[in-house]
Amino acid sequence: MLVARRLGKRYGEKRVLRSIDLELPPGGFLVVTGPNGSGKTTLLRICAGLAQPTEGTIERSLERAQVGYLGHEPLVYRELTALENLELYGRLYRIAERRERIGMLLERFGLWDVRHERVASYSRGMTQRLALCRVLLHEPDLLVLDEPYSALDEPGAELLDAQLAELRGERTFLLATHEPARVEPFASGRLALAA
Amino acid sequence: MSYVRDVGALARKDLLLELRARDTLPAMLLFVASVFVVFHFALPGTPSRLETIGLLWVAILFTALLGLGRAFVPEREQRTFDGLVLAPCDRSAIWLAKSLATLAFLVAAEVVALPLYALFFHPVGAATVAAVVLADLGICGVGTFLGAMAVATRARDLLLPLLFLPLAMPIVVGAVGASVVGSPGRYLGFLALYDALFAVVCWASFEYVVAE
Repeated sequence: MLVARRLGKRYGEKRVLRSIDLELPPGGFLVVTGPNGSGKTTLLRICAGLAQPTEGTIERSLERAQVGYLGHEPLVYRELTALENLELYGRLYRIAERRERIGMLLERFGLWDVRHERVASYSRGMTQRLALCRVLLHEPDLLVLDEPYSALDEPGAELLDAQLAELRGERTFLLATHEPARVEPFASGRLALAA
Repeated sequence: MSYVRDVGALARKDLLLELRARDTLPAMLLFVASVFVVFHFALPGTPSRLETIGLLWVAILFTALLGLGRAFVPEREQRTFDGLVLAPCDRSAIWLAKSLATLAFLVAAEVVALPLYALFFHPVGAATVAAVVLADLGICGVGTFLGAMAVATRARDLLLPLLFLPLAMPIVVGAVGASVVGSPGRYLGFLALYDALFAVVCWASFEYVVAE
Protein backbone atom coordinates (compact mmCIF):
# COMPACT_ATOMS: atom_id res chain seq x y z
CA MET A 1 0.00 0.00 0.00
CA LEU A 2 2.85 2.36 0.84
CA VAL A 3 6.51 1.93 -0.08
CA ALA A 4 9.14 4.59 0.63
CA ARG A 5 12.79 4.41 -0.32
CA ARG A 6 15.54 6.67 1.05
CA LEU A 7 12.95 9.30 1.87
CA GLY A 8 14.30 12.69 2.90
CA LYS A 9 12.99 16.19 3.38
CA ARG A 10 14.74 19.53 3.61
CA TYR A 11 13.31 22.96 4.29
CA GLY A 12 16.00 25.17 2.79
CA GLU A 13 19.24 24.28 4.55
CA LYS A 14 17.48 22.43 7.35
CA ARG A 15 17.20 18.68 6.95
CA VAL A 16 14.17 17.35 8.85
CA LEU A 17 14.07 13.78 7.55
CA ARG A 18 16.96 11.59 6.47
CA SER A 19 16.96 8.43 4.36
CA ILE A 20 13.86 6.62 5.61
CA ASP A 21 12.84 3.26 4.17
CA LEU A 22 9.44 1.87 4.96
CA GLU A 23 7.00 -0.67 3.62
CA LEU A 24 3.41 -0.75 4.76
CA PRO A 25 1.30 -3.61 3.37
CA PRO A 26 -2.52 -3.49 3.35
CA GLY A 27 -3.81 -4.22 6.85
CA GLY A 28 -0.45 -3.31 8.43
CA PHE A 29 -0.08 -1.21 11.56
CA LEU A 30 3.19 0.68 11.65
CA VAL A 31 4.07 2.59 14.80
CA VAL A 32 6.51 5.48 14.37
CA THR A 33 8.41 6.65 17.42
CA GLY A 34 11.19 9.13 18.02
CA PRO A 35 12.08 12.19 20.05
CA ASN A 36 10.77 15.67 19.28
CA GLY A 37 12.25 16.99 16.05
CA SER A 38 13.05 13.56 14.65
CA GLY A 39 10.74 14.10 11.67
CA LYS A 40 7.70 11.99 12.64
CA THR A 41 5.20 14.63 11.59
CA THR A 42 7.04 15.34 8.34
CA LEU A 43 7.13 11.63 7.51
CA LEU A 44 3.41 11.28 8.19
CA ARG A 45 2.59 14.37 6.10
CA ILE A 46 4.55 12.93 3.19
CA CYS A 47 2.83 9.56 3.54
CA ALA A 48 -0.59 11.25 3.64
CA GLY A 49 0.21 13.19 0.47
CA LEU A 50 0.30 16.58 2.17
CA ALA A 51 3.99 17.19 1.48
CA GLN A 52 6.47 16.11 -1.16
CA PRO A 53 9.82 14.56 -0.27
CA THR A 54 12.93 16.39 -1.46
CA GLU A 55 14.90 13.11 -1.60
CA GLY A 56 13.95 9.50 -2.30
CA THR A 57 10.72 8.08 -3.61
CA ILE A 58 7.32 7.15 -2.24
CA GLU A 59 4.76 4.95 -3.93
CA ARG A 60 1.15 4.98 -2.80
CA SER A 61 -1.44 2.62 -4.24
CA LEU A 62 -4.16 4.92 -2.99
CA GLU A 63 -6.23 7.86 -4.02
CA ARG A 64 -6.69 10.96 -1.88
CA ALA A 65 -10.17 9.89 -0.80
CA GLN A 66 -8.78 6.69 0.71
CA VAL A 67 -6.50 8.51 3.18
CA GLY A 68 -7.58 9.73 6.60
CA TYR A 69 -5.15 12.14 8.25
CA LEU A 70 -5.10 13.28 11.86
CA GLY A 71 -2.39 15.86 12.50
CA HIS A 72 -1.48 18.04 15.45
CA GLU A 73 -4.38 20.31 14.53
CA PRO A 74 -7.94 18.92 14.42
CA LEU A 75 -8.59 20.41 10.94
CA VAL A 76 -12.04 21.61 11.94
CA TYR A 77 -13.49 25.14 11.95
CA ARG A 78 -13.90 26.57 15.43
CA GLU A 79 -16.83 28.81 14.46
CA LEU A 80 -18.83 25.90 13.05
CA THR A 81 -20.61 23.26 15.10
CA ALA A 82 -19.48 19.63 15.17
CA LEU A 83 -22.39 18.74 12.90
CA GLU A 84 -21.59 21.51 10.39
CA ASN A 85 -17.92 20.49 10.27
CA LEU A 86 -18.74 16.85 9.62
CA GLU A 87 -21.45 17.81 7.11
CA LEU A 88 -18.87 19.84 5.19
CA TYR A 89 -16.36 16.99 5.06
CA GLY A 90 -19.13 14.51 4.36
CA ARG A 91 -20.17 16.50 1.31
CA LEU A 92 -16.60 16.91 0.06
CA TYR A 93 -15.97 13.16 0.44
CA ARG A 94 -19.37 12.40 -1.17
CA ILE A 95 -20.38 10.01 1.57
CA ALA A 96 -23.54 8.07 0.93
CA GLU A 97 -25.95 8.13 3.89
CA ARG A 98 -23.91 10.95 5.36
CA ARG A 99 -26.35 11.84 8.12
CA GLU A 100 -26.46 8.31 9.51
CA ARG A 101 -22.69 7.96 9.45
CA ILE A 102 -22.17 11.34 11.17
CA GLY A 103 -24.78 10.52 13.80
CA MET A 104 -23.19 7.15 14.51
CA LEU A 105 -19.70 8.64 14.94
CA LEU A 106 -20.87 11.52 17.12
CA GLU A 107 -22.75 9.04 19.29
CA ARG A 108 -19.75 6.73 19.52
CA PHE A 109 -17.34 9.50 20.51
CA GLY A 110 -19.74 11.06 23.02
CA LEU A 111 -20.40 14.28 21.10
CA TRP A 112 -24.04 13.76 20.10
CA ASP A 113 -25.42 15.98 22.86
CA VAL A 114 -23.11 18.87 21.92
CA ARG A 115 -23.39 18.48 18.15
CA HIS A 116 -25.08 21.88 17.73
CA GLU A 117 -22.48 23.75 19.78
CA ARG A 118 -19.60 25.59 18.15
CA VAL A 119 -16.25 23.84 18.32
CA ALA A 120 -14.81 27.01 19.90
CA SER A 121 -16.71 26.09 23.07
CA TYR A 122 -15.25 22.56 23.17
CA SER A 123 -12.40 21.47 25.41
CA ARG A 124 -9.20 20.28 23.72
CA GLY A 125 -10.19 16.68 24.40
CA MET A 126 -13.64 17.10 22.84
CA THR A 127 -12.05 18.75 19.81
CA GLN A 128 -9.71 15.77 19.47
CA ARG A 129 -12.71 13.43 19.59
CA LEU A 130 -14.31 15.45 16.81
CA ALA A 131 -11.08 15.25 14.83
CA LEU A 132 -11.23 11.46 15.16
CA CYS A 133 -14.83 11.53 13.88
CA ARG A 134 -13.61 13.57 10.89
CA VAL A 135 -10.83 11.10 10.15
CA LEU A 136 -13.11 8.06 10.34
CA LEU A 137 -16.04 9.70 8.55
CA HIS A 138 -15.18 8.51 5.02
CA GLU A 139 -13.94 5.07 6.13
CA PRO A 140 -10.42 5.53 4.74
CA ASP A 141 -8.23 2.57 3.81
CA LEU A 142 -5.09 4.23 5.17
CA LEU A 143 -5.24 6.03 8.51
CA VAL A 144 -2.32 8.35 9.19
CA LEU A 145 -2.52 9.35 12.84
CA ASP A 146 -0.07 11.77 14.43
CA GLU A 147 -0.26 11.59 18.24
CA PRO A 148 -3.93 10.54 18.24
CA TYR A 149 -4.02 10.16 22.01
CA SER A 150 -2.95 13.74 22.70
CA ALA A 151 -5.49 15.67 24.80
CA LEU A 152 -7.75 12.64 25.23
CA ASP A 153 -8.80 11.73 28.76
CA GLU A 154 -8.86 8.07 29.78
CA PRO A 155 -12.42 7.37 28.53
CA GLY A 156 -11.54 9.07 25.24
CA ALA A 157 -8.33 7.06 24.94
CA GLU A 158 -10.27 3.85 25.63
CA LEU A 159 -12.73 4.77 22.88
CA LEU A 160 -9.82 5.20 20.50
CA ASP A 161 -8.32 1.88 21.66
CA ALA A 162 -11.64 0.19 20.88
CA GLN A 163 -11.77 1.84 17.46
CA LEU A 164 -8.22 0.77 16.63
CA ALA A 165 -8.95 -2.79 17.79
CA GLU A 166 -12.09 -2.91 15.63
CA LEU A 167 -10.37 -1.62 12.50
CA ARG A 168 -7.02 -3.36 12.93
CA GLY A 169 -6.45 -5.72 10.01
CA GLU A 170 -9.32 -4.19 8.01
CA ARG A 171 -7.52 -0.88 7.52
CA THR A 172 -3.89 0.14 7.26
CA PHE A 173 -2.41 2.31 9.99
CA LEU A 174 0.59 4.60 10.21
CA LEU A 175 0.65 6.01 13.71
CA ALA A 176 3.19 8.27 15.42
CA THR A 177 3.22 8.34 19.18
CA HIS A 178 5.29 9.07 22.28
CA GLU A 179 3.43 6.27 24.07
CA PRO A 180 4.31 3.14 22.05
CA ALA A 181 3.23 0.86 24.90
CA ARG A 182 -0.38 1.99 24.42
CA VAL A 183 -0.55 0.79 20.82
CA GLU A 184 1.79 -2.18 21.24
CA PRO A 185 -1.09 -4.72 21.08
CA PHE A 186 -2.07 -3.44 17.61
CA ALA A 187 1.35 -2.93 16.04
CA SER A 188 2.61 -5.08 13.20
CA GLY A 189 5.79 -3.06 12.75
CA ARG A 190 7.84 -0.31 14.36
CA LEU A 191 9.94 2.50 12.98
CA ALA A 192 12.14 4.43 15.36
CA LEU A 193 13.41 7.77 14.08
CA ALA A 194 16.57 9.26 15.48
CA ALA A 195 16.89 12.96 16.36
CA MET B 1 -22.41 18.51 -11.11
CA SER B 2 -20.42 17.29 -8.10
CA TYR B 3 -17.96 20.15 -8.74
CA VAL B 4 -20.80 22.66 -8.34
CA ARG B 5 -21.89 20.90 -5.13
CA ASP B 6 -18.33 21.08 -3.76
CA VAL B 7 -18.11 24.79 -4.56
CA GLY B 8 -21.52 25.31 -2.95
CA ALA B 9 -20.53 23.48 0.24
CA LEU B 10 -17.24 25.38 0.54
CA ALA B 11 -18.78 28.79 -0.21
CA ARG B 12 -21.58 28.12 2.27
CA LYS B 13 -18.95 27.32 4.88
CA ASP B 14 -17.17 30.66 4.24
CA LEU B 15 -20.42 32.63 4.47
CA LEU B 16 -21.38 30.82 7.66
CA LEU B 17 -17.98 31.54 9.19
CA GLU B 18 -18.36 35.24 8.42
CA LEU B 19 -21.90 35.28 9.75
CA ARG B 20 -20.62 33.86 13.05
CA ALA B 21 -17.27 35.63 13.41
CA ARG B 22 -18.13 38.94 11.68
CA ASP B 23 -14.46 39.58 11.02
CA THR B 24 -14.43 40.77 7.43
CA LEU B 25 -17.58 42.55 6.28
CA PRO B 26 -17.85 45.09 9.14
CA ALA B 27 -14.21 46.08 8.57
CA MET B 28 -14.83 46.50 4.84
CA LEU B 29 -17.98 48.57 5.40
CA LEU B 30 -16.33 50.78 7.98
CA PHE B 31 -13.30 51.34 5.78
CA VAL B 32 -15.16 52.28 2.62
CA ALA B 33 -17.58 54.55 4.48
CA SER B 34 -14.70 56.24 6.31
CA VAL B 35 -12.84 56.90 3.05
CA PHE B 36 -15.83 58.71 1.54
CA VAL B 37 -16.58 60.69 4.67
CA VAL B 38 -12.95 61.76 5.08
CA PHE B 39 -12.60 62.79 1.44
CA HIS B 40 -15.96 64.56 1.49
CA PHE B 41 -14.57 66.92 4.10
CA ALA B 42 -10.93 66.88 2.97
CA LEU B 43 -11.39 67.79 -0.70
CA PRO B 44 -11.64 71.56 -1.26
CA GLY B 45 -14.72 72.97 -3.00
CA THR B 46 -16.68 70.68 -5.31
CA PRO B 47 -14.34 68.12 -6.88
CA SER B 48 -14.98 67.20 -10.52
CA ARG B 49 -16.53 63.88 -11.50
CA LEU B 50 -13.24 62.82 -13.06
CA GLU B 51 -11.40 63.31 -9.77
CA THR B 52 -13.96 61.54 -7.62
CA ILE B 53 -14.19 58.55 -9.96
CA GLY B 54 -10.52 57.93 -9.22
CA LEU B 55 -11.33 58.15 -5.54
CA LEU B 56 -14.19 55.64 -5.94
CA TRP B 57 -11.90 53.07 -7.53
CA VAL B 58 -9.14 53.55 -4.99
CA ALA B 59 -11.73 52.98 -2.25
CA ILE B 60 -13.11 49.85 -3.95
CA LEU B 61 -9.64 48.41 -4.56
CA PHE B 62 -8.44 48.86 -0.98
CA THR B 63 -11.74 47.69 0.48
CA ALA B 64 -11.35 44.53 -1.60
CA LEU B 65 -7.77 44.17 -0.40
CA LEU B 66 -9.03 44.26 3.17
CA GLY B 67 -11.41 41.38 2.43
CA LEU B 68 -8.83 39.42 0.46
CA GLY B 69 -6.32 39.72 3.28
CA ARG B 70 -8.79 38.00 5.58
CA ALA B 71 -10.06 35.43 3.09
CA PHE B 72 -7.80 32.60 4.23
CA VAL B 73 -7.52 33.60 7.89
CA PRO B 74 -9.72 30.71 9.17
CA GLU B 75 -7.68 28.22 7.16
CA ARG B 76 -4.42 29.74 8.40
CA GLU B 77 -5.37 30.12 12.06
CA GLN B 78 -7.10 26.76 12.36
CA ARG B 79 -4.79 25.00 9.87
CA THR B 80 -7.79 23.58 8.04
CA PHE B 81 -6.11 23.89 4.65
CA ASP B 82 -4.75 20.35 5.10
CA GLY B 83 -8.28 19.01 5.51
CA LEU B 84 -9.52 20.75 2.36
CA VAL B 85 -6.46 19.78 0.32
CA LEU B 86 -6.83 16.11 1.29
CA ALA B 87 -10.50 16.01 0.33
CA PRO B 88 -11.09 14.27 -3.02
CA CYS B 89 -12.72 17.30 -4.63
CA ASP B 90 -11.00 19.26 -7.39
CA ARG B 91 -8.73 21.74 -5.60
CA SER B 92 -9.82 24.58 -7.85
CA ALA B 93 -13.20 24.31 -6.09
CA ILE B 94 -11.49 25.79 -3.00
CA TRP B 95 -10.38 28.81 -5.05
CA LEU B 96 -13.76 29.26 -6.73
CA ALA B 97 -15.72 28.99 -3.48
CA LYS B 98 -13.42 31.42 -1.69
CA SER B 99 -13.62 33.84 -4.63
CA LEU B 100 -17.43 33.70 -4.54
CA ALA B 101 -17.53 34.31 -0.79
CA THR B 102 -15.14 37.26 -1.10
CA LEU B 103 -17.24 38.55 -4.01
CA ALA B 104 -20.34 38.42 -1.81
CA PHE B 105 -18.59 40.51 0.88
CA LEU B 106 -17.29 43.00 -1.68
CA VAL B 107 -20.73 43.38 -3.30
CA ALA B 108 -22.26 43.91 0.14
CA ALA B 109 -19.70 46.65 0.84
CA GLU B 110 -20.44 48.26 -2.54
CA VAL B 111 -24.17 48.24 -1.89
CA VAL B 112 -23.33 50.73 0.84
CA ALA B 113 -20.39 52.40 -0.91
CA LEU B 114 -22.06 53.40 -4.19
CA PRO B 115 -25.04 55.25 -2.61
CA LEU B 116 -22.60 56.95 -0.23
CA TYR B 117 -20.47 58.04 -3.19
CA ALA B 118 -23.59 59.37 -4.94
CA LEU B 119 -24.59 61.18 -1.75
CA PHE B 120 -21.23 62.86 -1.17
CA PHE B 121 -19.97 63.39 -4.73
CA HIS B 122 -21.71 62.56 -8.03
CA PRO B 123 -24.44 60.21 -9.27
CA VAL B 124 -23.36 56.72 -10.31
CA GLY B 125 -24.12 55.84 -13.94
CA ALA B 126 -25.01 52.49 -15.47
CA ALA B 127 -21.55 52.22 -17.05
CA THR B 128 -19.92 52.60 -13.63
CA VAL B 129 -22.16 49.89 -12.16
CA ALA B 130 -21.29 47.57 -15.05
CA ALA B 131 -17.59 48.33 -14.52
CA VAL B 132 -17.96 47.61 -10.79
CA VAL B 133 -19.54 44.21 -11.52
CA LEU B 134 -16.83 43.20 -14.01
CA ALA B 135 -14.01 44.60 -11.88
CA ASP B 136 -15.29 42.72 -8.81
CA LEU B 137 -15.01 39.42 -10.67
CA GLY B 138 -11.39 40.09 -11.61
CA ILE B 139 -10.44 41.49 -8.20
CA CYS B 140 -11.89 38.51 -6.31
CA GLY B 141 -10.60 35.84 -8.71
CA VAL B 142 -7.02 37.13 -8.89
CA GLY B 143 -6.94 38.35 -5.29
CA THR B 144 -8.10 35.02 -3.87
CA PHE B 145 -5.50 33.17 -5.92
CA LEU B 146 -2.74 35.46 -4.65
CA GLY B 147 -4.17 35.32 -1.12
CA ALA B 148 -3.74 31.55 -1.13
CA MET B 149 -0.12 32.00 -2.23
CA ALA B 150 0.58 34.68 0.37
CA VAL B 151 -1.05 32.85 3.28
CA ALA B 152 1.65 30.18 3.23
CA THR B 153 4.39 32.75 3.81
CA ARG B 154 5.50 34.62 6.93
CA ALA B 155 5.29 38.03 5.18
CA ARG B 156 1.72 37.38 4.05
CA ASP B 157 0.39 40.84 5.00
CA LEU B 158 3.08 42.49 2.90
CA LEU B 159 3.12 39.98 0.08
CA LEU B 160 -0.56 40.13 -0.85
CA PRO B 161 -0.64 43.86 -1.69
CA LEU B 162 2.75 43.58 -3.38
CA LEU B 163 1.48 40.84 -5.69
CA PHE B 164 -2.09 42.02 -6.04
CA LEU B 165 -1.79 45.75 -6.74
CA PRO B 166 0.36 45.46 -9.91
CA LEU B 167 -1.98 42.78 -11.27
CA ALA B 168 -5.00 44.93 -10.42
CA MET B 169 -3.73 47.90 -12.43
CA PRO B 170 -5.40 46.76 -15.67
CA ILE B 171 -8.66 46.49 -13.71
CA VAL B 172 -8.30 50.08 -12.51
CA VAL B 173 -7.48 51.31 -16.02
CA GLY B 174 -10.48 49.48 -17.51
CA ALA B 175 -12.86 50.46 -14.73
CA VAL B 176 -11.93 54.15 -14.63
CA GLY B 177 -12.04 54.25 -18.43
CA ALA B 178 -15.51 52.68 -18.50
CA SER B 179 -16.71 55.14 -15.84
CA VAL B 180 -15.58 58.34 -17.58
CA VAL B 181 -15.91 57.89 -21.35
CA GLY B 182 -19.08 58.36 -23.38
CA SER B 183 -19.11 54.87 -24.95
CA PRO B 184 -17.63 52.45 -22.41
CA GLY B 185 -18.05 49.27 -24.51
CA ARG B 186 -14.34 48.96 -25.29
CA TYR B 187 -13.33 49.26 -21.63
CA LEU B 188 -16.04 46.89 -20.43
CA GLY B 189 -14.91 44.39 -23.06
CA PHE B 190 -11.35 44.76 -21.80
CA LEU B 191 -12.51 44.05 -18.22
CA ALA B 192 -14.48 40.99 -19.36
CA LEU B 193 -11.42 39.71 -21.24
CA TYR B 194 -9.22 40.25 -18.17
CA ASP B 195 -11.74 38.35 -16.01
CA ALA B 196 -11.96 35.43 -18.44
CA LEU B 197 -8.20 35.17 -18.93
CA PHE B 198 -7.29 35.28 -15.24
CA ALA B 199 -10.18 33.01 -14.26
CA VAL B 200 -8.77 30.30 -16.53
CA VAL B 201 -5.20 30.85 -15.26
CA CYS B 202 -6.24 30.78 -11.59
CA TRP B 203 -8.57 27.81 -12.04
CA ALA B 204 -5.92 25.77 -13.85
CA SER B 205 -3.01 26.57 -11.55
CA PHE B 206 -4.58 26.64 -8.07
CA GLU B 207 -3.66 22.97 -7.62
CA TYR B 208 0.04 23.96 -7.58
CA VAL B 209 -0.50 26.86 -5.18
CA VAL B 210 -1.80 24.61 -2.41
CA ALA B 211 0.73 21.81 -2.90
CA GLU B 212 3.58 21.81 -0.36
